[in-house]
Amino acid sequence: MIQEMLQSSPGWFNFIFFFIFGLVLLLVVLGFVTYSILAERKVMGYIQLRHGPNQLGGRFGLLQTVADVLKLLLKEDIIPKMADRPMFILAPVIAFAPSFMVLATIPFTDRFQFADLGVGLLYYVAVSGLTVFGILLGGWASNNKYSLLGGARATAQMISYEIPLVMSVLGVILLSGSLNLNDIVHAQKHGWFILLQPIGFIVFLIASTAELSRTPFDLPESESELVAGYHTEYTGFRWAFFMLAEYVYLFAMTALITILFFGGWMAPFGFLDFIPGAVWFSLKFCVILFLYLWFRSTFPRMRADKLMEFAWKILMPVALANIMLTAIIKSLFF
Amino acid sequence: MIKTEEMMLNVGPQHPSTHGVFRLVVKLDGEIITEAQPVIGYLHRGTEKLAENLQYTQIIPYTDRMDYLSAMTNNYVICHAVETMMGIEIPERADFLRVIAMELGRVASHLVWWGTYLLDLGATSPFIYAFREREMIINMLNELSGGRLTFNYMRVGGVKWDAPEGWIQKVKEFIPYMREQLAGYHSLVTGNEIFLNRVKGIGQYTKEDALQYSLSGVNLRCTGVKWDLRKDEPYSIYNRFDFDVPVQESGDAWARYQCRMAEIEESLKILEQAAEQFPEEGEILAKVPKIIKAPKGEAFVRIESPRGEIGCYIYSDGKKEPYRLKFRRPSFYNLQILPKLLKGENIANMIAILGAIDIVLGEVDG
Repeated sequence: MIQEMLQSSPGWFNFIFFFIFGLVLLLVVLGFVTYSILAERKVMGYIQLRHGPNQLGGRFGLLQTVADVLKLLLKEDIIPKMADRPMFILAPVIAFAPSFMVLATIPFTDRFQFADLGVGLLYYVAVSGLTVFGILLGGWASNNKYSLLGGARATAQMISYEIPLVMSVLGVILLSGSLNLNDIVHAQKHGWFILLQPIGFIVFLIASTAELSRTPFDLPESESELVAGYHTEYTGFRWAFFMLAEYVYLFAMTALITILFFGGWMAPFGFLDFIPGAVWFSLKFCVILFLYLWFRSTFPRMRADKLMEFAWKILMPVALANIMLTAIIKSLFF
Repeated sequence: MIKTEEMMLNVGPQHPSTHGVFRLVVKLDGEIITEAQPVIGYLHRGTEKLAENLQYTQIIPYTDRMDYLSAMTNNYVICHAVETMMGIEIPERADFLRVIAMELGRVASHLVWWGTYLLDLGATSPFIYAFREREMIINMLNELSGGRLTFNYMRVGGVKWDAPEGWIQKVKEFIPYMREQLAGYHSLVTGNEIFLNRVKGIGQYTKEDALQYSLSGVNLRCTGVKWDLRKDEPYSIYNRFDFDVPVQESGDAWARYQCRMAEIEESLKILEQAAEQFPEEGEILAKVPKIIKAPKGEAFVRIESPRGEIGCYIYSDGKKEPYRLKFRRPSFYNLQILPKLLKGENIANMIAILGAIDIVLGEVDG
């Protein structure tokens, strides 16, 4: 249906329709962010023999994040005197906006997708790369040494890991023959790409963890060395925007993995088709999300100088070999 | 290579991983440290000067606050010094209680180190696991002394309180539990590739360096020097127990990690034997005069604390207060090698090196 709307001539109806759907998606994503933070704290809590939030909003602390956000809204907004004021204000926006833009191409179910772009995957990678500007700008404009180091680190890391990230999905693209995310999902009708692309999946998972700068790759904001990295000087809602960007990316990346390697909204077996796609999508989504939370509470942090080595000397060649292997297998058997 | 402007970075005194109020002024060339200057003294309370106006028994609570992670060894060193001067014979039961308390303290101290070190390296869960076990030890010591951190347990001539009923049984039960947990720690962290990457070859120094810098404890043993005062100059009743001194050769953070983990096991061995041989009956405090007056003269004693050699020097002119009291605080000496280790290192290794030395700022500043 969305496809027809996109192709029809612009008018008030279209505008209101897309506006409302955009709002719905925003609320869904914000709801996700709220509860994924809660889930993260709960999962980490249980792994670490604690209860996690359990006071506000009943036994499971359901309103904890809402209260946290309210607190952030009410906090004093501090801009350091020596900071570059316009850049300082602009940075969180630049970091946040692309994180939301990438969601447009994600097919959540067979119908719920905003833009069925032919180059959906490329769009995702390209737009998500923009966030680095916000982070570097934030680190630089803060006029704080820790922020600067954190911002520089984040930039180096994100740029380096984007390459193996893209390389690892090339295998998937070869097999499905398309950059369109819908086509990629349809290509997995008879088998998920995680089975056909195990190496690609592992490289993608590692690179995506680094791309999201989550443990064990959380160097840009490694609190033991750089206090809080690029957002050391940020307070209140500006800080919340950085966090929001991080979690929206988590949402987008998890959704992308679901689509690329786990067959998106499709049921694992044909006879399970009666269950709606949204259910399958969220189930797979939750499993992958849990993986990220699990990583966070288990691994120590990588060493900064080993980080680049790992990206260029290990992940890159492995991803390239995977492309080679996939190409050979494809030309021989398919 | 592009040469960029040198940047001076103040790490601390309020910084999440300096383990207290410790300031480190580092000069950075990019992310490489060209010079590091530790600044200490933020926690200086003048324990040694204060002690000159205090009676010997009154000094004991002050020692609790030096190395607050193993207050029992600090208690012991001051009592031991006064006892040596006065020539007091300690009842056997008191000696056993002291050794059990000190070894429990050593395990607790190493657990805190293990947890916080991994927290420095970015792993959040081990901290909680280590503190779970530490909590059990703290509870046991609480039952013994009435304090959880600052015990003020030992007295000149013995200990203040006898073990409550069933306490030794609790210690006995704790040992196999701790061994089980230790195996869990090893499977969670020790073999982790990311962890090995961060500690192997980091903060390396040689045997000669260690001796020249007067390092002690694990910081010395990690270079291959087998020196543990519990073995080499046995004090209290340590000569009755059978235990090893873990030694590593490489002298890096990884060697220190292995040494400390092995030391927990050795401490458990001592605890096991001590709990087994614990005398049923007996005094806990020797016959000492009401007001303790060390005879004229001087004495220096040293013992093995979890962080190294802690020494106590007393010069007495026969009064009930010491004329001069001096503690050799191992953290202070161990910290001295830090600028040398940090030079030329990446800033990410800074915390890994500082953490591996295992300092307690209360002890560094005295």
